[in-house]
Amino acid sequence: MSNISSIKTYNKELIEILRTAVEEWEREMRENNYRDRKDVFYTESGIPIKTVYTPLDVEDQNYFSKIGMPGQYPFTRGIHYNMYRGRVWTMREFSGYGTPEDTNRRFKYLISHGETGLSIAFDYPTLVGIDPDDPRAYGEVGVVGVSVPTVLDMEIIFKDIYMGDVTTNMTINPPAPVLLSFYVATARKQGVPDDKIGGTTQNDQLKEFIAQKSWVFPPQPALKIGVDLIEWSVKNLPKWNPISISGYHIYEAGATAVEELALTLADGIEYVREMIRRGHDVDSFAGRLSFFFASGVQVFEHVAKFRAARRMWAKIMKEWLGAKKKRSMWMRFHTQTSGVELTAVEPYNNIIRVVLQAMAAVLGGTQSLHTNAFDEALALPTDFSAKIALRTQQILAYESGIADTVDPLGGSYYIEWLTDRIEEEAWKIIDKIESMGGMINAIEKGYPQMLITESAYRKQRAIEELRKIVVGVNMFQSEPLEEEKRVPLLKIDEEKVRQQQIERIRRFRQDRDPAKWRSSLIELERAAMRNENLMPYIYNAVINRATLGEIMGALKNVYGEWSEPIIL
Amino acid sequence: MYIQEQTDVETRISLEKEVVAEEMRRRYKVIVAKLGLDGHDRGAKVVARALRDAGFEVVYTGIRQTPEMVVNTAIQEDADVIGISLLSGAHMALVPMVLKLLREKGAGDIKVVVGGTIPPDDAEKLKEMGVAEVFPPDTPLSYIIKKVRELAEERRRS
Amino acid sequence: MRMSPEELLKRSFEGDLIALSRLLTLIEFPAETDPEIFSFIMRELMKRSGNAHVIGVTGNPGVGKSTLISKIISIYREKGSRVAVVSVDPSSPFSKGSFMGNRIRMQQHSQDPGVFIRSTATRGAKGGLGIGTTLLIEAFDGLGFDKIIIESVGAGQIDVDIQNVSHTTINVLIPGAGDEIQLLKAGLMEIGDIYVVNKSDKPEAEIIYKQLQELFESENIESRTGWRPRIYKTSAVMGWGVEELTSGIEDHKKYLLENGGFKEIIRRRRVYSTKQYVKYIIENYIERYLDRVDKDLLEKISMGSVDPFTASLELVKKLITK
Ligand code: B12
Ligand SMILES: Nc1nc2c(ncn2[C@@H]2O[C@H](COP(=O)(O)OP(=O)(O)OP(=O)(O)O)[C@@H](O)[C@H]2O)c(=O)[nH]1
Ligand SMILES: [Mg+2]
Repeated sequence: MSNISSIKTYNKELIEILRTAVEEWEREMRENNYRDRKDVFYTESGIPIKTVYTPLDVEDQNYFSKIGMPGQYPFTRGIHYNMYRGRVWTMREFSGYGTPEDTNRRFKYLISHGETGLSIAFDYPTLVGIDPDDPRAYGEVGVVGVSVPTVLDMEIIFKDIYMGDVTTNMTINPPAPVLLSFYVATARKQGVPDDKIGGTTQNDQLKEFIAQKSWVFPPQPALKIGVDLIEWSVKNLPKWNPISISGYHIYEAGATAVEELALTLADGIEYVREMIRRGHDVDSFAGRLSFFFASGVQVFEHVAKFRAARRMWAKIMKEWLGAKKKRSMWMRFHTQTSGVELTAVEPYNNIIRVVLQAMAAVLGGTQSLHTNAFDEALALPTDFSAKIALRTQQILAYESGIADTVDPLGGSYYIEWLTDRIEEEAWKIIDKIESMGGMINAIEKGYPQMLITESAYRKQRAIEELRKIVVGVNMFQSEPLEEEKRVPLLKIDEEKVRQQQIERIRRFRQDRDPAKWRSSLIELERAAMRNENLMPYIYNAVINRATLGEIMGALKNVYGEWSEPIIL
Repeated sequence: MYIQEQTDVETRISLEKEVVAEEMRRRYKVIVAKLGLDGHDRGAKVVARALRDAGFEVVYTGIRQTPEMVVNTAIQEDADVIGISLLSGAHMALVPMVLKLLREKGAGDIKVVVGGTIPPDDAEKLKEMGVAEVFPPDTPLSYIIKKVRELAEERRRS
Repeated sequence: MRMSPEELLKRSFEGDLIALSRLLTLIEFPAETDPEIFSFIMRELMKRSGNAHVIGVTGNPGVGKSTLISKIISIYREKGSRVAVVSVDPSSPFSKGSFMGNRIRMQQHSQDPGVFIRSTATRGAKGGLGIGTTLLIEAFDGLGFDKIIIESVGAGQIDVDIQNVSHTTINVLIPGAGDEIQLLKAGLMEIGDIYVVNKSDKPEAEIIYKQLQELFESENIESRTGWRPRIYKTSAVMGWGVEELTSGIEDHKKYLLENGGFKEIIRRRRVYSTKQYVKYIIENYIERYLDRVDKDLLEKISMGSVDPFTASLELVKKLITK
């Protein structure tokens, strides 16, 4: 196998014959007056698309170095040998609203309809680490997710759901160590052994600055806290994914697929480097890193993006960061169908868009999937809309046959060509970030933010100028029918939720040993000043019944709060 | 020459009208603000940029603003329009506070518009309370620019 | 809601924010106001102006000017000063619109009645300040604000206006600002009164701090007021070094008061800004009329039958007598 990479997939003779044939074909097409309906065709990332693709477009490609077999380096076709033939992806619907009781009910509803993994959406106060009785929480408690300011709230969410049997994703970032502590404490209380506690903390601090904007601390301490969690989790929770390096938010904030890919990988590199800096062997933790991407209606571009992502990460890990174990080179990822591509007008059309997006994710080899509900642009999903979203995945998995062979689009001249092109473009951005001294510097200079802002504006202008068609929005508009106007929406009585949560946290605070509680917070602050790993101290504070807001407050005393550079 | 004639007030006016550059004219000023804990800034930035490109002077406050902050900003900037972007579902709690503060401080002439995830029935309620216009998702930028300009003109006339 | 100029002034002096804000708008756009009213208002204000300490903050984009100003405001507020900020952003030459993002860093003061922040745009002016900025300074001064802080657009060398209107000019640098040091060395950058190495929470800040020290020690540099520039290290986000910086600013003010420079700078500011207006107006005048004055002559110039200098003398003559 030594010089295998010099063997071309297509032999020279064939390529020469084909070249002539293609020229002939082009001539014929011109002669017969075939005209395109547009001057140029582009993917959303701005890659020009040709009329048709042939082996000529991938003539330099070597099967083994670029594509290979599933489960083998560079994993272009998938990280597992038989992919969905072994087990279909995890169907994990992001959900949570109102009180912990509301969310417990929604979880059970989804599980009873065949959902195979859980994913908690938190409300704003929880996302930014303040308690429901903080004045800044006014009007926000339980509105966009569930309110979880204490370990008690976590216990309620998992009432009658055995945490040893499900894995749970938590979309939480600066307060991730606190929420993970709530989760672990709850699981332990349920009697789940540590090696059965499975799931993911999003804990991708860097992309908060780039895209999601639920930052609290400045980038440097934010990275420190995130990496503390990785370190602690790798040691204590063998089944936990301590981080979900997220492109999703980057795409949703406006990035193109190429930018999403590049920025996500650049974030990933930063985390790995930080762990190595702390003295860890790359193979001791890299296998626990996971990723998260968006999938869009532009099916081919997204499939190519996923394939390029796996190949690039494998290369980065092997060639740049010195990984030896295969698992360390795996890019395992969750996918969410893009919400920003869904519309408020003619909302039922979104069901069809989600099918396309979900298909892209599956054809791209995702490990787990969230499908958005058709009322995405209107409100949080209802039981009804969430059910359709879940059913979409189930139909894809069990009716369509797309899960029956691995990487069915692999070998398509177009897909392989596009995978190469996307990879090429993404490297350019990664190189640029490297030349700026890594992602933290780039963020402080505002580079990724600038890319995103630019692309978001460009996309909006494209819709405005009809260069990008959105059916029902800028083409085929119609007077809304009664059914479209009266979509039943989920309503949350915030006032009621807030009162309940305030009352609960008040009682919670009464029911604790004040001396132990206080000293746990003081110890945490001191540990932060000594620059120790904070996870044990945070867990200890949780056990001593400190609330989310109290713990985050102690850390803010040490680290201060971030204010973002505004890029427009 | 112009300078020599400056003492003559009549001439000065006409000359200034002609000579003073387009740049020196007062442009419409809009505050684009994000209230509460909402971090969805894509729409706010797109709209801010579109307004700037349409010739408005745009003060973008960034995220996590309180109603007091936004109202005081609008007053200090003598803004014509406050554009609030809210995708967090907290609009029924926060927008009325802005309207109330504006009235209390004697700045009720500043127009308030709201964009983002606002369900239709809430949009109606907000308008009843005094919001001049609500722009739900998928609103064309050209329509937003047109409406905001009309509202700014209206305020200047008042 | 219209108010008479007298009413507007009266209320503004009483601290009515709405009136004050309207008054400032009127002043920012002199060309939109009746000239008599305008000069009346300015006369009233300038009777009282001439006391405020004007602090100019300049430095490249993103060095932390706004963040730093916000911290300086806090310290002045503790001391009981009334603080005004005029923040200048560039106008788009195409749409003439502008995006004003500085005050976002100062939002913590938005509820403080002792702080007034006004964002303004360059609106075609080229020296780093807006066309209405000096009038705003005069107004805030007359309205009794004792500290007026100006944030310029931050474009390094072309930021010349700020030196001419401020008592104390602060030049903000950050780690990695080697280019600025070179410019200073080569005498291509005006010498500020105070140099700040911001973002000193980054270890690399030490390097530039040392470079500045060496430069100023070796060359015996003085700013235009004869003052030896000072260097401070700050971290605006962490709030480090801002106390020291502020007392340095106060030292500079004291220095100016003692040697008479304080009033002199105010006189200079007024003359300077008048000249700026004249230049601005004439320049626009030329832009507008040059093409129309003598079409034949222009044709000759473009054909090369008359040289640009000779033609320019001819054109100036025509413009003046028009
Ligand atoms: C993109 C997006 C994100 C991105 C945000 C990236 C960013 N930096 O902006 C990411 C992935 C990070 C994200 C995260 C979350 N999101 Co989100 N997100 C969306 C999504 C899909 C699109 C919003 C968008 O940017 N659209 C494109 C822009 C251009 O449109 P727009 O903002 O609507 O603006 C238009 C008009 O509304 C109007 N407009 C808007 N602002 C302004 C301002 C002015 C002055 C004017 C005149 C007009 C105007 O004009 C624009 C042009 O027409 C919406 C659903 C949807 N399709 O709308 C959900 C949505 C807003 N998100 C939602 C939620 C719940 C969240 C999370 C809280 C989830 C969680 N629990 O973790 C987090 C919170 C993150 C945070 N820090 O705030 C919910 C909100 C539910 C509600 N309000 O009841 C929505 C509705 C999805 C859903 N159905 O669940 N999200
Ligand atoms: N690490 C660090 N970052 C800082 C410091 N001061 C400001 N920043 C960050 O630098 C970025 C720019 O700060 P601004 O205060 O907006 O800078 P500016 O010079 O006013 O920028 P422009 O007005 O855009 O030219 C923000 O992200 C700040 O948080 C500091 O002392 N240390
Ligand atoms: Mg600034």
